[in-house]
Amino acid sequence: MHGRRSRFLTVMITLGLAFFYIPMILLVVYSFNYSKLVPVWGGWSTRWYKVLFASEEVWGAVSLSLKIALVNATFATIFGLLAALSMVRFGQFRGRTLFGGMLMAPLVMPEVITGLSLLVLFITLRQVFGWPENRGFATITIAHITFSMAYVAVTIQARLTGMGQSLEEAASDLGAKPFKVLTAITIPRLMPALVSGWLLAFTLSLDDLVIASFVTGPGATTLPILIFSRIRLGLRPDINALATIIILVVAVCIAIAALIMFRQQKRDLLDQQLAKHVK
Amino acid sequence: MNEKTKSVNRTSAETWSLLPNRVGRQIQKHWRLIVITIPFVWLLLFFLLPFFIVAKISVAELKIASPPFSNMFEWTDSGIVTVRIVFDNFIYIMTDNLYFDTYLNSVKIAAVSTFFCLLFGYPIAYGIVRSGPLAKPIFLFLVILPFWTSFLLRVYAWMGLLSDQGTINSILIALGIIDEPIQMLYTEFAVYIGIVYTYMPFMILPLYANLEKLDGSLNEAAADLGSRPTNTFFKVTLPLTMPGVIAGSLLVFIPATGEYVIPDLLGGGNVQMIGRVLYNEFSRNTDWPVASAVALTMLFLLVLPIIVFQYYQGKSTGGK
Repeated sequence: MHGRRSRFLTVMITLGLAFFYIPMILLVVYSFNYSKLVPVWGGWSTRWYKVLFASEEVWGAVSLSLKIALVNATFATIFGLLAALSMVRFGQFRGRTLFGGMLMAPLVMPEVITGLSLLVLFITLRQVFGWPENRGFATITIAHITFSMAYVAVTIQARLTGMGQSLEEAASDLGAKPFKVLTAITIPRLMPALVSGWLLAFTLSLDDLVIASFVTGPGATTLPILIFSRIRLGLRPDINALATIIILVVAVCIAIAALIMFRQQKRDLLDQQLAKHVK
Repeated sequence: MNEKTKSVNRTSAETWSLLPNRVGRQIQKHWRLIVITIPFVWLLLFFLLPFFIVAKISVAELKIASPPFSNMFEWTDSGIVTVRIVFDNFIYIMTDNLYFDTYLNSVKIAAVSTFFCLLFGYPIAYGIVRSGPLAKPIFLFLVILPFWTSFLLRVYAWMGLLSDQGTINSILIALGIIDEPIQMLYTEFAVYIGIVYTYMPFMILPLYANLEKLDGSLNEAAADLGSRPTNTFFKVTLPLTMPGVIAGSLLVFIPATGEYVIPDLLGGGNVQMIGRVLYNEFSRNTDWPVASAVALTMLFLLVLPIIVFQYYQGKSTGGK
């Protein structure tokens, strides 16, 4: 009976991974199709990559998306860190329930609601203060920070809770000021969580279509907005080529990040063992 | 790592000494307040405030102007502020069958998709937990990886699989199983596939985290007492992983209800979901008051699941 169960689970994992990866593999294969009709095979070719690289529109969208993602990830990590510290380390404070609620809600809030509400905020701000005059880079970045800081905060909270605070307490007992404790002890110990939070915020921003569509203005086209406007009308071989490049870049980045984290973990483990021996 | 820590030490010490003494003392004194205030104010301004504005617009009238809605407060000649509140938009939504059916359809599609995510996601999560020390991180990595690649492109991949000349139809025709392509793209079936495919990691990860913490000796004890594995699963494992089941289900159900991209790309005009109606109301019809009323009604529907989710999320991250 036990053997059958584990065989069942193995089958489920295999099927699950096939379900996850076959569509993406096909996406990559068809990017090398010569034919203009995506599903009709016309022989191997890199024709669509050339089309893609020649498009200035695509390059413009890529650079705007990357700029937004970089600024977003940095601010979301800072705010997420502060929020996580507030929730885990500061005990009770006035408005904590409201704060926790606002922090977690973006994780599940339907994007259309977030998008619409931020748009009306920006319009009202413009009516009242005259800012933002044009919607684009700034408004998209603000919108992205607001929802990605929730993801960063969750990542950091998990690590903060597991880490304990004896080292921080020791440091402040020895006279370190709060800011110093944060930069010298808490942040280095949180590094793996901060890195994964930053990467998460970066990808969330690069990936967002719906919220950006609401809060953008004429002239500011992010990569997802560009892709969406093209594929709404059907399959496009140049989009397959673009997808292949994105998948490749993501896979390489994730592999590097995983390797770094794995090494860090090993070193942490070694440090702990050393510490035990010293005791 | 040691070198890194040292350099961090030095820079922070330098920054600290560079700060004028008084400012430094102020920061130190109000440290807690500063740390809490920055993200708190940000969220109040960019998360909470917008909802009040949406509420305000939802009770306004459509106007042909920029912005296209009437003002709630108006100065009349005699200097008195009049408050205009119109519930027409809500009455319109409530009485129009289109909206009611669309709400119902969205909840149905989200619920069925959540069920299938759970049905397939649970065994996958369980299988990963039961895997060896080498296979476990690899499987976990493979489950997370699609989550990091573009959501939009994962939906797009299914357009290629499901279209009339797409991969599935071509294979079926080549095998002689069917003569004519079956329409799969732009049907409700395609929307189900799209949601299950893109939201599955959100189900697997909380389940994995919960199963991983489970005490294996409980299963052994049940087996020793003569319980069959299936019985043990339903009597011991499943009840103990209920927090993971609930968290995962809500992480799928709530956003799926308001999903826009999947019904738009895979459902075409044939599948009505409320997220798509809202988006079209806002972008094509530019009827912002109605769009705002739709958003508020959707939020009202989802408030209870969101609160339940926060309760379990708070429990699992252990805020206090």
